[in-house]
Amino acid sequence: MDKSVATLAEAVAPIGDGATVMIGGFGGSGAPIELIHALIDKGPKNLTVINNNAGNGHVGIAAMIEQGLVSKIICSFPRSSDPIAFNEAFKAGTLELEVVPQGTLAERIRAAGAGIPAFYTATSFGTDLAEGKPVETFDGKSYVQERWLKADFALIKGEIGDTMGNMTYRMAARNFNPIMAMAADCTIAQVTRIAEPGAIPPEQVVTPGIFVDRMVEVAEPRQEEILIREGAVYP
Amino acid sequence: MTNALDDIKLNNDQIAWRAAQDIEDGAYVNLGIGFPERVAQYTVKGRTPVFHTENGVLNFGPAPAEGEEDWDLINAGKKAITLKSGAAFFHHADSFAMVRGGHLDVAILGAFQIAQNGDLANWSTGKGGIPAVGGAMDLVQSAKRVAVLTDHVTKHGDPKLVERCTMPLTGVGCVTRIYSSLAVVDIADGHFWLREKVPGISFDDLQAVTGAELKTEGDVLDLIVSGEGAPV
Repeated sequence: MDKSVATLAEAVAPIGDGATVMIGGFGGSGAPIELIHALIDKGPKNLTVINNNAGNGHVGIAAMIEQGLVSKIICSFPRSSDPIAFNEAFKAGTLELEVVPQGTLAERIRAAGAGIPAFYTATSFGTDLAEGKPVETFDGKSYVQERWLKADFALIKGEIGDTMGNMTYRMAARNFNPIMAMAADCTIAQVTRIAEPGAIPPEQVVTPGIFVDRMVEVAEPRQEEILIREGAVYP
Repeated sequence: MTNALDDIKLNNDQIAWRAAQDIEDGAYVNLGIGFPERVAQYTVKGRTPVFHTENGVLNFGPAPAEGEEDWDLINAGKKAITLKSGAAFFHHADSFAMVRGGHLDVAILGAFQIAQNGDLANWSTGKGGIPAVGGAMDLVQSAKRVAVLTDHVTKHGDPKLVERCTMPLTGVGCVTRIYSSLAVVDIADGHFWLREKVPGISFDDLQAVTGAELKTEGDVLDLIVSGEGAPV
């Protein structure tokens, strides 16, 4: 078994028009910038993107929007230090937005990965974001039904991966990456180093390889935050 | 009225200081982005609360020196942070299991409006624009204690403590304590209960800038910010 692929272009090759794509990261932390930019180079259209945010500056998801790849974003917080790409597309009506409370977003993703089609949560009860959703009372408290959130692809970023797909993450760059890996039909990971099986002690594996389909090495990944501070624009 | 209030009201650091006095040793605490983050600066000496951030860190510390940032190590406000010894990383579903499973002792947030039944509006003005909710709806429904830091009135002098919220709700019946620029107010049994007020304002003048009845039981204490480490 060897899940590694040689190039970023090869890694994102299966992603076509109309796909739903989960993208890991929280702001720039854990964002698979190189995979996103490879996807922009490929240029599929009409994508639904699932991320906590909706892009920042002119790189990463913001660049996907500017390059016309995205028709819908599902996120919890479409604001950032420089949200112009999202704001302009949203105001122009070319980009649909679904706002989901952050914990509900995470749990919908986790539920999809665990094969749970729906669950109940207290979050959003009595608010506009619960409109139209079934409500049930359990032990005297009201809960809102939420459904799983699946994707065709997940683009994620890790620290060390082995050729069987086992992965670790660096610091708080973990965030949505491990749960998105579970919720997509095809999970594509970029890691700083691809190692042989056994290089990661089994106790330290965070994402077991069963959740990962393709892995590409990006030895010196860029940080979105630093790119934005440099004024970078992609492409 | 507003101008007179400006002279006696607490500033944001003083409000944050007052809220910090109620955080117990060993409490697990989530502070909202922006103004509530300041509460951490005023942690009472000898107490060691553990701060949680939505993006998957427990027991983080203050911002690093400029130039020392590691952008894989940020808080929910996307600001660089540091770690204390005994910190932990975890993924987003675990982070919100901590929130939604009722494991957090305290969540402290900002507010547009708070109603006397504990309803909170703090995520959308309802006037259009781009909606963004983040983790607020999760925090307010499930933390053991939900407190709010706020100016007592809006920039236009309108009450923020109201009978019923007119802005879109973040959560229903969730807030139990308000630390305002003029008072400390508890919410119980569908009412505002005045516990402390700044000494420069009379009860009647405070009631006049509050949008629902302020009830009292026993003494109303003076809200005084002083002592070692207190902001001026």
